[in-house]
Amino acid sequence: MEKTVALELKNISKFFGKVIANNKINLSLYKGEILSILGENGCGKTTLMNMISGIYFPDEGQIFVDGKEVVIKSPLDAFHYKIGMIHQHFKLVDVFTAAQNIVLGVNDGSKYSIKSVNAKVKEIADKYGFHIDPKKKIYDMSVSEKQTVEIVKVLYRGADILILDEPTAVLTPSETEKLFSVLRRMKEDGKSIIIITHKLHEVLAVSDRVAVLRKGENVGSVVTSETSESQLTEMMVGKKVELNIERSQPENTVDRLFVEHVDCMDREGVKVLDDVSFIARSGEILGIAGIAGSGQRELLEAIAGLQKLKNGKISYLDPATGKMENLQDKTPLQIREMGVRLSFVPEDRLGMGLVGNMDLVDNVMLRSYRKGKTPFLNRKDPGKLTNEIVSSLEVVTPNVHTPVRRLSGGNVQKVLVGREIASEPKVLMAAYPVRGLDINSSYLIYNLLNDQKKRGTAVIFVGEDLDVLISLCDRILVIGSGRITGEVNGRETSKEEIGRLMTKTVATESKKEESHE
Amino acid sequence: MDTFIFSAIEFGVIFLFGCVGEILTEKSGHLNLGIPGIMCVGAAGGCFGAGIYLNATANPIGFVTILLAILFAMLFSGALAGIYAVLTVSLRSNQNVTGLAVTIFGVGFSSYFINNVVLVGETGTLLSAAGLNFFKAYLPFADNLGWFGKIFLGQGFLTYFGIFIAVAAAILLRRTKIGLNLRAIGESPATADAVGINVTAYKYVFVILGGAIAGLGGLTYVMEYMGGIVGATVADTVEGIGWLSIALVIFTLWKPDFAILGSIVFGALYIISSYVSLFFPNASFTFAQLKLFPLIPYVVTIIVLIFTSIRGKKENQPPASLGLSYFREER
Repeated sequence: MEKTVALELKNISKFFGKVIANNKINLSLYKGEILSILGENGCGKTTLMNMISGIYFPDEGQIFVDGKEVVIKSPLDAFHYKIGMIHQHFKLVDVFTAAQNIVLGVNDGSKYSIKSVNAKVKEIADKYGFHIDPKKKIYDMSVSEKQTVEIVKVLYRGADILILDEPTAVLTPSETEKLFSVLRRMKEDGKSIIIITHKLHEVLAVSDRVAVLRKGENVGSVVTSETSESQLTEMMVGKKVELNIERSQPENTVDRLFVEHVDCMDREGVKVLDDVSFIARSGEILGIAGIAGSGQRELLEAIAGLQKLKNGKISYLDPATGKMENLQDKTPLQIREMGVRLSFVPEDRLGMGLVGNMDLVDNVMLRSYRKGKTPFLNRKDPGKLTNEIVSSLEVVTPNVHTPVRRLSGGNVQKVLVGREIASEPKVLMAAYPVRGLDINSSYLIYNLLNDQKKRGTAVIFVGEDLDVLISLCDRILVIGSGRITGEVNGRETSKEEIGRLMTKTVATESKKEESHE
Repeated sequence: MDTFIFSAIEFGVIFLFGCVGEILTEKSGHLNLGIPGIMCVGAAGGCFGAGIYLNATANPIGFVTILLAILFAMLFSGALAGIYAVLTVSLRSNQNVTGLAVTIFGVGFSSYFINNVVLVGETGTLLSAAGLNFFKAYLPFADNLGWFGKIFLGQGFLTYFGIFIAVAAAILLRRTKIGLNLRAIGESPATADAVGINVTAYKYVFVILGGAIAGLGGLTYVMEYMGGIVGATVADTVEGIGWLSIALVIFTLWKPDFAILGSIVFGALYIISSYVSLFFPNASFTFAQLKLFPLIPYVVTIIVLIFTSIRGKKENQPPASLGLSYFREER
């Protein structure tokens, strides 16, 4: 069958500072097909799509639509070439109706009449089998209804190429099935669709071809019907890279932190943690692997007392008294004083960890200012500690009185880690501590974590680089969609095994749900 | 009673200008606390513009005088709002701080300007007598229609202009694409940006337009209400009116058409202390007690805020990204 190319990318590259987000990517999308883009988090999927939809501008390379080279500088340009993107985070105005959101920004010269918009929305919805009430306000809608609005919004503008960024992440299995049938209908209508995902079974279910990205590069495209889950997993995670991270045998391990059957809900009432149980031991690094947003953040926050549990129990064996303490009854301050430290959440280093406008000393002091006995602040000891941190961790800063927001990401991280470790924690939780750091700084952080392990701290390390997790951690828990999908031994496991566990849950979960129905 | 209602409407329109101007500004996501200062500058600019014309011609035409006053008032206040726009839209400075600075500047500037540049003669008269009469002029047959004619047809031009602008703003916000785009920007600029609306341009246009409209409130106060004769502290009075206009925005739930009624209520409450014998013929109030009446609008505004917050209906809340700067590359 002769296929026409709807969209073609040639040697597209994008750099964020020194970081290469996309490196010379070639990709083509045929008319009337569904192409999956598969890859781990941070492999550059979304960046690539953002360049097609006009959010970013490529640093190198060319984009062709229907064989003609085009320059896409803004979302408006993208619409002009009939490209529409449905973002992972919906861009909708809450207090508007569906129809108002859909017509927003459309400039076709027609008079603004919400009635005719409503009619046109209905028409599109009927054509592809959506269910949508044009007069319903967004804030009254469920997540899947909002997504429908986003898709209709793009179709209303006459898009022929649709890009969906992880559309199923927020949907239940039955909603996902509905979405897929809509996508298939669009395909029959001659639309070309790119769907970004990291769920293998969905890739196999809906797409015609799969392009796999790894570390910003296109590692190949395969026809879906000729591939298998294991081949895709292998393409996705790649060959194992040997890292020279020292790993000592755990010594004198004691069960320190007990997480039992923990359930958590997010603000919208969606379950983000589902029956999570594990034990963290002292003198050991426990890795947590999983696709971003699978509940890692909530899990750490639950332990630190920042997240309410719906069900379950978190307890802590206090080494000083030998007593078991219930952490969920305690305030974050009490938990912290017992030696449980939630350290550095990098997406939010300056939000939850440090105060950007304060200098290094003041930030270090945030942990200790309560210790003073006079109403006046004691700046001397924190000042000394800051100097120690700066010299031992090689923090690059003009002086200790520089506001931390002026430091580079890696140096901010070092200050944060230094401060947390200085308080000699019993449990140290580190979420993505090396994200955005260069190789040397990363190794410095790994060594610090190893030092803590040797000191007898129970270290919990949430990471995204599987090579690092495998080389650094003693045990690795794999979390998927808020459930623990497996526990592996860091010394014996393989990237493929972890990769399978990361993507496994949803498949089994949807099967379960089907059998219920 | 006629006089009271007449004056309530006349005074209300001062609030109405300020309120509609602030609504348009806030719908673009900018909380302009510079409105009080901008209203002062509008008063100064309007007098200045009309004054130039009156000095230059022997036989001034009323229409031209008022038109020039309006143009200059909008020019001056729009310029000050423009400074605020550059600071908050392009340079993304803190809106509250910038707004307060604008108010402080506007009050000081217009106080100086009115007392040293604009004033005609020694008695605090802003324009020559011929010019002043233009602002008070009304439809000739209004006197023949009894109380109705007096209250509703006997107002000066600016009163009707204010109501016209409020209605126009309501239609703009509710029934046009421009209004839809503007509201989207105030709610979620990233969404508006993603569908190709020029967020920066909209913000500039509506911050400046809002300021220009608010400036007319100052002009209405000095010309129509005060009859062009003011004391040295006129700018302070206008500033106080400006703050109430911002309160009125909350009172009217960001709806320009509600603002027409709301402004008359505020106007009535503001002037009621002078008409207290109308309502309480037998009571006698001390000076201090009389001064409590103008406080009522603030109390009412707080009560409205409490109710809308408790009910939590999303349509009655301020624009969701009010007060937040928008920067596309920030993620």
